[in-house]
Amino acid sequence: MLSRRQTLAGLGALAAAPAWAREARLGFANGDRPYTSAFAEKGEMILQRTRAPLLETPFEVFDEGVFTPNDRFYARWHYQDIPLSVDPRAHRLKVTGAVNRPLSLSLAELLKLPRVELAAVNQCSGNSRGHVGPRVAGAQWGHGAMGNALWTGVPLKAVLERAGIKAGAVAVRFGGLDEPPPDAPRFLKSLAVDHALDGEVMIAFAMNGASLPLLNGYPLRLVVPGWFSTYWVKALSTIEVLDAADDNFWMKTAYRIPATADGGVAPGTSQFESVPINTMPPRSFVTNLRDGAVVPPGPRALRGIAFGGASAVAKVEISRDGGASWLPAALGPDQGRYGFRRWEATSDFAPGTATLAVRCAAADGRVQPMRGVWNPGGYLYNAVEQLKVRVA
Amino acid sequence: MKVLLLSALALAASVTFKPKSFDYPADPPGLPDSAELVTQNCTGCHSSEFLAAQPKLSRATWAAEVAKMRKVYHAPIDPADDAKLVEALVALRGE
Repeated sequence: MLSRRQTLAGLGALAAAPAWAREARLGFANGDRPYTSAFAEKGEMILQRTRAPLLETPFEVFDEGVFTPNDRFYARWHYQDIPLSVDPRAHRLKVTGAVNRPLSLSLAELLKLPRVELAAVNQCSGNSRGHVGPRVAGAQWGHGAMGNALWTGVPLKAVLERAGIKAGAVAVRFGGLDEPPPDAPRFLKSLAVDHALDGEVMIAFAMNGASLPLLNGYPLRLVVPGWFSTYWVKALSTIEVLDAADDNFWMKTAYRIPATADGGVAPGTSQFESVPINTMPPRSFVTNLRDGAVVPPGPRALRGIAFGGASAVAKVEISRDGGASWLPAALGPDQGRYGFRRWEATSDFAPGTATLAVRCAAADGRVQPMRGVWNPGGYLYNAVEQLKVRVA
Repeated sequence: MKVLLLSALALAASVTFKPKSFDYPADPPGLPDSAELVTQNCTGCHSSEFLAAQPKLSRATWAAEVAKMRKVYHAPIDPADDAKLVEALVALRGE
């Protein structure tokens, strides 16, 4: 049985900070952040910003299992005027626009519709932005602006079919209870009609078997499996079916990525053809060893998590020589193609130093690159993670 | 299929929907006095950790941020303050 001290020492970077000054060290310049337990329904989180809340999941949580507990799940809001109180009996989900029957659904009415349940990773478009080089402005996240949950809800398709989409509709736009400052654009995101009707996009009322924390979108949030979280509108209250492309700020100007194969451009490039951010590329992490850790020589069990993004995890590989050679890792149980998947491997460490790397390939053919892509938004970061380990 | 349906119903029975509320924790300690203009113009809409956590950004980038806050979010920044505000941001987190 390891003592707590030994466990922390094994995690490397965490060990040095005394309790009174414990900060999360995210691993980039100006990347130390305080912890906070001051937010409703949340345990200890990394404080990125109080208002509007930006709370990051401490990385060690990802070692505990493939499902991220609701009280440790990251939270991110754009505007400070978030719903400060929600009465579920009074909440209505309105469906308007190019439909035959506009709807105003109570939670009770929604709960009578068919159900779907699936595991899916929710990841901020800017997760890991602090690791982007050269650095860019925006939320300076470590790797904890992501989480995996078992989502339960009603297929968006069932609600849209009830309303009856008119011929010629092209997009479906979603809004929540958060309010912009005076004259600023309301936070609205949209999906193409075919995507909205794919049967997987969900109006979720539960995550991990419980109602959503208010900071994660209580009472309802959109779940868009395989897509970045910007589309997963929280405290969902309005659905508009549009008969023309959505030209609102949050689709037309914000959250755009270069229209290149990997979404990257040469650092510093500001002019390029762009598209709205969309599906997630694969990622993988070592969760039981930190960069800078000191380990004894000999065999050591390694484990971590991987996700394929828009498709299942096809393969996870481990390297002990910084990516020169790779060996397959064993995959844990498949809990659904959009979720985290556990991987395990045993590595024999010889005295000296080793650069451990982990790489995920997704079923759709996307593979993590050794170097992260660069774009001015700091989006899509999914470089192969590398950990320098001292063996002594 | 029957099993799935039953488990979904069981889940629905166990998920409770009660009124929920949220109180913002206190803002962090303020920025230094030298950044008074930043405090005045920026922290009405967001707390200051966000500024302090930025990487060192160029003067042009900070100027673009100020312009974006005015153009997109209609931040009530007096144009007469722009030059001094950018200076203060550069002093705080500039290259």
